[in-house]
Amino acid sequence: MIKKNTHVQIYQVVLSSRERADHLPIDTKEVPFEVRMKGKLLHDANVGETVRIQTATNRVETGILLAVEPHYAHSFGHHVQILSDIRDIILKETEDLS
Amino acid sequence: MSSSYQDLLKRKNEIMKQALKLDYQKFEYEGIGFDYPKMMADASYTLEDVREIQLENNVGHTPLIELKRLSAYAKKFAKPGFGARIFLKDESTNLSGSFKARRAAMAIHQAKKLGYKGVIAATSGNYGAAVAALAARAGLKCIIVQECFDSKGVGQPEIIEKARACEAYGAEVIQCSVGPELFYQFLKLLEETGYFNASLYSPYGIMGIETLGYEIATEILENEGKYPEMVICTNAGGGNLTGTARGLKKAGADYTKVVAASVDLTGLHMASDKDFNQKSFTTGHTGFGIPFTTFPDRSDVPRSAARPLRYMNQYVLLNQGSVFFITEALAILEGMERGPAGNVSLAAAFHLAQSMKEDEIIVVQETEYTGAGKHMSAQVSFASDRGINLQFGDPLKEKPGKNMIFPSSGAMLKVKEIPLDDLRKAYFYKLTDQMVDPLLTLAYDYTTPAIERSVLMRMGFSSLESKAIVDKLFDHQLLSYGAGHIVYLYAKIHQLSIREAGLKLLDDQEIDQKMEVLK
Repeated sequence: MIKKNTHVQIYQVVLSSRERADHLPIDTKEVPFEVRMKGKLLHDANVGETVRIQTATNRVETGILLAVEPHYAHSFGHHVQILSDIRDIILKETEDLS
Repeated sequence: MSSSYQDLLKRKNEIMKQALKLDYQKFEYEGIGFDYPKMMADASYTLEDVREIQLENNVGHTPLIELKRLSAYAKKFAKPGFGARIFLKDESTNLSGSFKARRAAMAIHQAKKLGYKGVIAATSGNYGAAVAALAARAGLKCIIVQECFDSKGVGQPEIIEKARACEAYGAEVIQCSVGPELFYQFLKLLEETGYFNASLYSPYGIMGIETLGYEIATEILENEGKYPEMVICTNAGGGNLTGTARGLKKAGADYTKVVAASVDLTGLHMASDKDFNQKSFTTGHTGFGIPFTTFPDRSDVPRSAARPLRYMNQYVLLNQGSVFFITEALAILEGMERGPAGNVSLAAAFHLAQSMKEDEIIVVQETEYTGAGKHMSAQVSFASDRGINLQFGDPLKEKPGKNMIFPSSGAMLKVKEIPLDDLRKAYFYKLTDQMVDPLLTLAYDYTTPAIERSVLMRMGFSSLESKAIVDKLFDHQLLSYGAGHIVYLYAKIHQLSIREAGLKLLDDQEIDQKMEVLK
């Protein structure tokens, strides 16, 4: 059970595949249009249940509980050899510059 | 009130008007045209006002730096006497880390002045962080709506970082899956909250950039005794180029050549769920650059104040690998870790400098902050994990979504030109569509008594009967539904034959009520 006031992320299906805009590429048209938002859980609940949250602008939104205490995990990625290679090229081609 | 997709879009103009308090109607001509200069002059801020508002907000007056080693590197590949000097306006030093703070400062100032409690912006880019930061300073609530993840839930690292920055400034971030319906979400929030539309494309959003062009012109004039020969702008929605060019002109730099540069993402569909995460640039690319140049009024306001085709003298495209190459060069030759998306114009400068004289000056008018997610190593490793083939070769042969081609020497970094006349033609055809639309609507919505009579005659009525039925329907304003259609419906309702129905209909006094179903 996730406690009330926990920082969570929810998602909503805003438009089902059928309700989506015309003139979309097929791969987009066949999936729903979804949004994710974060906020404070307004009542005890479990992941996967429909819940209400209070967002940063004090709005109340309803959606499916997706993640508990979401955090940022984006990074600088991993080593890519070609980026080291272009560095070597640039350094070599500019060796004689003052 | 229904907020279904169709119903909400019908209320679009009304919502927009409430959210910007700008009456675009007064700039419209009859037909397809509108008075752009009047719209820009109407916004009641002088360049001096804008400078002051920005200064108060720690925005603008960014360093202008001569990139001596990068210029010398480019010069190595030029003929003797050629190889222009490249200067860089370090816009990453603005509040929130990009030139977008200039635009946000004006939007927020206007929102505050008009008494709004909060602002909303639809943006996946640096503009979100800029609006969030400036809103925080002004004590306004802020919501940013961004296109962020595909249907598998995979987010673009660069856009995730931008969400983080917005949230750091206290904004609420609504993250959407791929598709133009983001605009629907945006309208829904505007209507629900009554917040200000901090659009990138309002006159305020463009005015904010004019100071950038103005600073470039006056600073180069002061230090070098002349205006720069060329200013290069990374081009997406067109506001950056439009505002910069207008600022250059306001400073008197009438002969400075204004060049647009975008990353070439030809072949990737911008509304495609699958293509979304196959690109390594989320802005500054042709997916925005071309459509917004050839039809600016596709933006989130009735009339976009960003009209790049009015101001650009040349449009060049770079491949993704070349921009990463130059991003690396900027770091290791000049000690400036920036971008990558903001470095598109720098990559263009590196090549274009080679065909300009050595005493000529190119100004690259922006840089942006870099960090986790929005860093070239984050983007290139994300691409390689998604099966994009990284290789050396001819950068102009890159196939976006399939491979990424890096130049194996500074000499290999090239640009592709888009003839401006092609863009003008595309714009022209778009406008002719608009001119023809009312004619098509007429043809779809209206009919003539003669056509309707001929339909009835083919259904077996005599010419006199047909005329009587058509006249009756015309008097009751039912003709546009089709005389044949109405007779058929009438027959079904009364369970009559077609012929009986047509004749009975002639004497029916309650035809209006019965045909209510059609309306």
